[in-house]
Amino acid sequence: MFRSHILVCGGTGCTSGNSIKVYEALVHRIYKEGLDKEVHVTQTGCFGLCALGPIMIVYPEGAFYSQVKVEDVDEIIDEHIIKGRIVTRLLYKETVAEDGSIKALNDTNFYKKQHRVALRNCGVINPEKIEEYIAYDGYEALGKVLTEMTPQDVIDVISRSGLRGRGGAGFPTGRKWQFAKNSVGDKKYVCCNADEGDPGAFMDRSILEGDPHAVIEAMAIAAYAIGSDQGYIYVRAEYPIAVQRLTIAIQQAREYGLLGKNIFGTDFNFDLDIRLGAGAFVCGEETALMTSIEGHRGEPRPRPPFPAVKGLFGKPTILNNVETYANVPQIILKGADWFASMGTEKSRGTKVFALGGKIHNTGLVEIPMGTTMREIIYDIGGGCPNGKKFKAAQTGGPSGGCIPAHLIDTPIDYDNLIAIGSMMGSGGLIVMDEDNCMVDIAKFFLEFTVDESCGKCTACRIGTKRLYEMLCKVTDGTATLEDLDKMEELCYYIKENSLCGLGQTAPNPVLSTLHYFRDEYEAHVRDKRCPAGVCKKLLRYQVVADKCKGCTLCARNCPVGAITGTVKEPHVIDPEKCIKCGVCMEKCRFGAIIKA
Amino acid sequence: MKSLEELRALREKMKSQTDNRSVAGSDETVIKVGMATCGIAAGARPVLDALLDEAGKRHLHNVSISQTGCIGMCRLEPIVEVFRDGQKYTYVHMTAEKARRVIVEHVVNGNVCAEYLVGEN
Repeated sequence: MFRSHILVCGGTGCTSGNSIKVYEALVHRIYKEGLDKEVHVTQTGCFGLCALGPIMIVYPEGAFYSQVKVEDVDEIIDEHIIKGRIVTRLLYKETVAEDGSIKALNDTNFYKKQHRVALRNCGVINPEKIEEYIAYDGYEALGKVLTEMTPQDVIDVISRSGLRGRGGAGFPTGRKWQFAKNSVGDKKYVCCNADEGDPGAFMDRSILEGDPHAVIEAMAIAAYAIGSDQGYIYVRAEYPIAVQRLTIAIQQAREYGLLGKNIFGTDFNFDLDIRLGAGAFVCGEETALMTSIEGHRGEPRPRPPFPAVKGLFGKPTILNNVETYANVPQIILKGADWFASMGTEKSRGTKVFALGGKIHNTGLVEIPMGTTMREIIYDIGGGCPNGKKFKAAQTGGPSGGCIPAHLIDTPIDYDNLIAIGSMMGSGGLIVMDEDNCMVDIAKFFLEFTVDESCGKCTACRIGTKRLYEMLCKVTDGTATLEDLDKMEELCYYIKENSLCGLGQTAPNPVLSTLHYFRDEYEAHVRDKRCPAGVCKKLLRYQVVADKCKGCTLCARNCPVGAITGTVKEPHVIDPEKCIKCGVCMEKCRFGAIIKA
Repeated sequence: MKSLEELRALREKMKSQTDNRSVAGSDETVIKVGMATCGIAAGARPVLDALLDEAGKRHLHNVSISQTGCIGMCRLEPIVEVFRDGQKYTYVHMTAEKARRVIVEHVVNGNVCAEYLVGEN
C-alpha cells in the first residue's frame, strides 16, 4: 500500500508540454529520498483539461497541479510529499475555495457536469500496465460474458442499453452485432475504427492512450457475441503514443492469456492485430477502411452489401468506433438499465466531446446526452476567452455543421443535431466567436474535403472542388447573389449523388452556414465586406487621422513599405501595396489603425 | 487467464497498489500520521511504514493512510489520528508495534485501542 499517489498526465497534450520530463524528475527525486516504498508515481492517460497541461494530481489529498514545470518538481517533493504542505501556487485555481481550502476536483465547473464512462480510466490508471486495468475491474466483463452469458444474451444487453455508434452516424450497436451474428460465414471479423480524422477531434486518441485495454476487452466481447476469432484495430499512424500503448496492451493481454486460445478456460479464441492507416481521411469510412486493411487502396464501395453481411475479406464483419467499444465493458458489468438511465429517449449514455477553438478550457469532456450546448460551452468550457461574444459552434467536423448562438439551448443528442442541420460526428466541438468569419470556416472545411476526397465518384471529386471555388469567389468579393443559389443547388447535388459518407456530408458546413449566416454571405457578395474582418481580399487597413500621432512605428514595421507619412503627421496606408498582414495594427500604440 | 477466480485473485492483489488513489470517501477510515519535524524526529516514519505494510498485507481497501503536519502536541509524538464514522481518535507515543495493533484492533475489528489514546496518557 502506498500513502500517496502522484499521477502525471501522459496524454498527447501534456506530453507535448514536456510532462515526460516532469515524470522522470519526480521518479528521480522519490528514489533519491528513499520514498519509493511509500509514494507511487504513475503516468496516466488524459485528464481532460488539456488547456492547463502538463497536469498532475496528488492523492489522497486530490491536489490538482496545473502547468507544472520540471523546476517545480523539487518544491512539490519538499513541501507536499515530505512535509505534507500543498503547493498552493501550482493548484488549478478553480480547486481553491475562497477560504483557501481545497475543493474536490469533481466540484469544479469543468468536472462537475461531466459523467465519465468511456473516459473512466483516463487519468486514473497507467495505460501501460494491464494489472492496473485489472485492479479497476478490467476484463471482469469479458470473464462474465464467457462464463455466464450466451452470445445472444450479450447482444440483448447491448441492444437494451440503447448504445449507438459513437463514430458519427449513430447506428444502434446491438442491431449491428445482431446482423453480423445472423450472417452465415466460416470466418467473421471484428474491427475497430481508430482512424479519427476530423479536424479538432481527439477523443478516440485519448481513449487509446489512456485506456487501451477497455477497447481490447470490448472487441473480445464483440467477437464472442458474433462468433469471430480475429480482430483488427485500424489506427492512424499519426497517433504514435496510441499505437505504442496499444501494442504494449495487446502484448500484455496475450501474456495473461486474455487474448489467444481458450480464454478463461473456455473454447473461445480471439486475437487482435493493429493496422496502421497512412493518413487518408476517407479510410474512416467503413468500406474504405476495410479495403485498406485488405491491403488495397483505401476507396469506399457501394452499400449494400453491408459489412455485417460481406465485409473484410468478403466475410461478415462488425466495425465500431473506439468510443463505442469503450462503453461496452461497463454496460456488461453495470447492466443495460444503468446505461439507458443516462441520456435522452433516443440517445442513451454519455458522449465525449473534444472542446477546441475559441474556448477557455480546451480539452476533453464527457457529458450525458441531452446536456445543452450552453452548459458545455459556458459551464464546462468557461466561455470564449477575452470576453468575446460566442457566435457558433461547429460539431461533426467536415461532415457536420454550425450551431448558431440562438440555438445554444438545444439539448445535444443525435437526432436534435441532425434536426438543426449539423451532426454528432465523432465529437469534435469547435467554438467560434465574433472574430470568426463563417464563410471562411465553411471554406476551411471544404478545402479539407477537396483534399481528402478519394476521387472515385464524380459528385464528390469534382463537386466539392467546384463548391470550393464558389466559396473562394465569395471570400474574394467576386461572387454574385445568384452564385449563392447555385451553391446551394450544387450542395444538394453532391449530397444526393456521392458514393459514400464523405461526399454525402461534405456540403454540410456550407449548407448550415448558408442557412444560419446568410447575412454574412450576402455582406461578402453585396457589400464586398467581411463582417468579422477575416477575408483578406475584402479587408482594408486604414489609419484614423485623429488618433495617429505620427510616431512612424507602423511605417518602420510594414514589411512592404505600404505606409507613408512624415514625423508627427498622420500616416497613410497605400491599399495597392498593402498585403494585409496586420503588423501595423499590432504595433500601433494609439489604436489608430483599424480594419475597415 | 484460465478462470474468473484467477482474474479476481489478481485484482485483489493489485488493488493494494492502487489504494489511496482517490480522495477518501465518507465511508472510509482515514488515518493520518503527524510528520512534521517533531513527528519525524520522534520516529513517525517507522510508524507510517508499519501502518502501510499492515493495511497492505490485510488487503484493506477502505482505508486512506497519509501524513499530515504538526498536530501541536509535539511532546506526545509520534501521533496517529484515526477518523472514522465522524469521530476522531488520537493515538499518541506510537511505535511500529502499536501501529500494527491499531490496524488490527481498531480498523479491522472496530475496537478502539483505548490505552494508546491521548486522554489515557
